[in-house]
Amino acid sequence: MQNGYLLRVENLHLQRQEKKILRGVTFEIAPWQVFALLGRNGSGKSSLAYTLMGCAGYTPSEGRILFNGQDITHLSITERARLGITLAWQEPARFEGLKVKDYLALGMKEPSREKMEAALNAVALSPLSYLERTVNDALSGGERKRIELAAVYAMRPRLAILDEPDSGIDVLSLDDIARLIRRLAAEGTAVLLITHRNEMVSVADVAALMCAGEILRIGEPQEMRDYYASRCQPCITVEAVEPPGGEYERL
Amino acid sequence: MSDFEAILKAYERSGGNPRFLRSSRVASLVVSGNRVLGANEIAGIHLTSEQLPDGVRVKVVVEPGVKLDTPAHLCFGVIPAEGIQRILSKFEIGAGAKADFIAHCTFPNARSIVHLMEAQIHVGRNAQMKYSETHYHGEEGGAEVLPKAQVIVDEGGQYAAEFTLTTGRVGKLDLDYVVNVDAHGVAELTTKAYGYGTDAISVKETIRLNGEGARGLAKARIAVRDQATSQVIGTTEGNAPFARGHVDCIEIVRDKAVANAIPVVKVTDPRAYVTHEAAIGTVDKKELETLMARGLDEETAVDVIIRGMLQ
Repeated sequence: MQNGYLLRVENLHLQRQEKKILRGVTFEIAPWQVFALLGRNGSGKSSLAYTLMGCAGYTPSEGRILFNGQDITHLSITERARLGITLAWQEPARFEGLKVKDYLALGMKEPSREKMEAALNAVALSPLSYLERTVNDALSGGERKRIELAAVYAMRPRLAILDEPDSGIDVLSLDDIARLIRRLAAEGTAVLLITHRNEMVSVADVAALMCAGEILRIGEPQEMRDYYASRCQPCITVEAVEPPGGEYERL
Repeated sequence: MSDFEAILKAYERSGGNPRFLRSSRVASLVVSGNRVLGANEIAGIHLTSEQLPDGVRVKVVVEPGVKLDTPAHLCFGVIPAEGIQRILSKFEIGAGAKADFIAHCTFPNARSIVHLMEAQIHVGRNAQMKYSETHYHGEEGGAEVLPKAQVIVDEGGQYAAEFTLTTGRVGKLDLDYVVNVDAHGVAELTTKAYGYGTDAISVKETIRLNGEGARGLAKARIAVRDQATSQVIGTTEGNAPFARGHVDCIEIVRDKAVANAIPVVKVTDPRAYVTHEAAIGTVDKKELETLMARGLDEETAVDVIIRGMLQ
């Protein structure tokens, strides 16, 4: 680890199909820390998540990603996962024929029924009802989302990137998600929480505002929350080009 | 090792449980090459067989109204590396009867084996028949398997068949099932195969919904890699009022493999309704990356996805 940081992102640029998606993104996450990344739809949050995970088509054109002091910018997804990074997708994949218990076991070092049950309990799903079910269309979007989060919890990663874990979840269940995030941190997992819901930021230790592919501010969650709520305008999407006259404050 | 023991060992390797073939309380039939090595009848089910120069003729009769508590187990195999096995079978499921069959066909040493299966199946009025057939052809790719079935489902009858060839090489598979369904009957055909090397898979599933309110599903799940090829022709005909049918085919293709899917839907009665869906492609990127983000390497992740689809 360098300077106490688990993840350090330095001047990250991403371009896809000639569009600038990320523009010099720089931030750090400490071990056990919950770092919330707040921004409106289209601001580049998910692209940043895919870039950090190493997904195909998300190789940065500039900058680097350090994890535990190691440059992982050009490592594969598998290599990053084996170092302890994982990602919960905003819209989880469907797996025909794959049972929940097998899905949970895939990321576990020493799979056991007990650990699987604990993972499902952590996302407020009954193990008895879900372990034998299949991770496919028979589950609702909200159920698949919880199972995705349970799989992340079961894996016990060092860094969990949660891409909008609150989307598709009813308002009453947001507390369950917040509890899970705090539990991950308490048990040693740093969390990059990507969200556009202001109320989710309170679960974080640090928060950042993202707009048009840039991190605009990093600070106390409450401060970022207030700023976002009071000053955020519909985001200029990441495809947009800078207006004449250069930089301007978007939020 | 006796022939019986050898075939039982091969049966176990193909996923079967030899305990059922030894049990006096389970209807069973064991055929090796053109010899019947064992046959066990229980109350309500009759198994007769006749040796042919290159195979066996088998007749299975389930008496009307009989409901079998445990599935009947059938084992067909050829232990030598070369040979021909022709199975001519006739199934008669009496009215109101219910019978499940678990069949294993095993050719563990196949370098040049031809296995021809010609079945005639009659599912009586309000009877139910489920036939699950699992194949194991060894690792040489030298098996040529040609399962053909002509099925008649009487009024209110139900017929479900599942053909699985997902372990070891396929060799050459040419499956051709035709089911005619009478009023309020149900037919469901499912074929699962995983081909690699130079394996060649051809699947024809035809369901004719000839009676009012008949229902049918022709389903195929195929994966091919290396230079393997597959062709799936799933046909469902709606020939009577309120018949409902669906053709569902998913194929996963990797490397230089080639896959074709031809869903055929035909409706001759305006009140019938038949639909289809067919998808061919490589492994879904998000599924793949999700599993890799759990620490699986790409090959293992692809295998998990394909095995899941073939479950």
